[in-house]
Amino acid sequence: MEIFQLFIAAVFVNNIVLAQYLGNCPYLGCSKERGVALGMGGAVIFVIVVSTFFTWIMQKCVLDPLGLGYLQTIVFIVVIAALVQFVEMFLKKMLPPLYAALGIFLPLITTNCAVMGVAILVQREEYDLLTSVLYGLASSMGFTLALLLMAGIRERLDTCRLPKAMAGTPIALIMAGLMSLAFMGFKGMAN
Amino acid sequence: MVSASIITLFALGLVAAVLLAVASRVFHVEEDPRVQAVLEALPGANCGGCGFAGCEGYATAVVNDPGVPANRCCAGGPEVRIAVGELTGKAVAEADPLRSLRRCDKNAGNVALRYQYEGMPSCAAAAMLRGGVDICKYSCLGFGDCVQVCPFGAMRVEEGVVRVNANLCTGCGACVDACPRGVLELVPKRARIAVFCNSRDKLRAVSDVCDVGCISCGKCVRNCPAKALSMKDNRIEVEQRLCLSYGDDCGQACITACARHILRPVNGISAAVRTASAAVSAATPAP
Repeated sequence: MEIFQLFIAAVFVNNIVLAQYLGNCPYLGCSKERGVALGMGGAVIFVIVVSTFFTWIMQKCVLDPLGLGYLQTIVFIVVIAALVQFVEMFLKKMLPPLYAALGIFLPLITTNCAVMGVAILVQREEYDLLTSVLYGLASSMGFTLALLLMAGIRERLDTCRLPKAMAGTPIALIMAGLMSLAFMGFKGMAN
Repeated sequence: MVSASIITLFALGLVAAVLLAVASRVFHVEEDPRVQAVLEALPGANCGGCGFAGCEGYATAVVNDPGVPANRCCAGGPEVRIAVGELTGKAVAEADPLRSLRRCDKNAGNVALRYQYEGMPSCAAAAMLRGGVDICKYSCLGFGDCVQVCPFGAMRVEEGVVRVNANLCTGCGACVDACPRGVLELVPKRARIAVFCNSRDKLRAVSDVCDVGCISCGKCVRNCPAKALSMKDNRIEVEQRLCLSYGDDCGQACITACARHILRPVNGISAAVRTASAAVSAATPAP
């Protein structure tokens, strides 16, 4: 039950894009087509889950015992970047189809703030390892959901007659704001 | 404290470096060296302008798929396209060089003046005053706004209309944007035909003001075997790609069909203009 609540909270109530405003760059950049959005979403789920696992271990086994909590940000960046590079090489050799599917998105999200944000958030909430990984999975699923919804809307928007000044990014930003407002309706349902 | 943090970061960096170095050996994938070469030639911006997911996607596709042309990279410019073409052995299909062309021949059409204009010598200003100096609302005004913006000195005003020097024109389109009447258009330098009327009116509204204006009869559209012509806003539009690919087999059906000499060959304008004006002045008695 707790896990279910965690998922609802992370996907809808505290949606990482629409309620916490992390990862806005891919949210606007990769949401022009649903196929691309899905690829990006898959890559983000993959990277967040794996990086949450490793940064949690890093925090508990290295930073906390040595009292180096203030190095958290820089250490996490190094860990995530190295990890993504490693995973990319591994996939290329072992799972070429998956590598082809994730393609360019994998290196692009190396330094994304959504990945970094989840890694730091689970430390702030002081989750245990399993909860952290599950929270990472749920958050990245929320990211994918937001990206897919946005891509669907923008595909429809392409066929609409818009004022010239609104076409493209301006209307996308307005849509992002409206979606964020809509997700505010989940506030208080779960924490 | 300071040393602990330095050592930790150093150790972390070292571990990551060793891990990645080992991994790059262990997980080394034999790749087509041509893909690598193409990838190095590409700008690496991963902009997706080629329609593939990043430079690597395009490099793989252009090497392995004979149907993918070598000119897709728009970020890199001509040098990159040539380099990719050489690496993959694909001929780079350069876009047809374009030139600017005036869609008006008001001198041959004896277009009268609406009023005597003594304002600013600018097409933009003259066009705003009661629909322009000429009674035709779509004519070339001949004040040379396009001449001023042309960075290549390819345009000049002669006998009240602008003339384009095709040898100097690079097809940049600056003049097209500058013209307030939309008289200028870009056509391939090797285009076979061109339209010499810009009017969006039809029938009497045109024939009353100009002897060589297009009255939108649609004869040329019906006669074109390549289906390259169409009427849009009462103007003839030429789909140059279809026209060029059809070739000379049509015997220039549109030019023969047009009694008012709206359609003419691009190369040989002056000759055609002379015959056209001669034919028109012979057909219509001078007022």
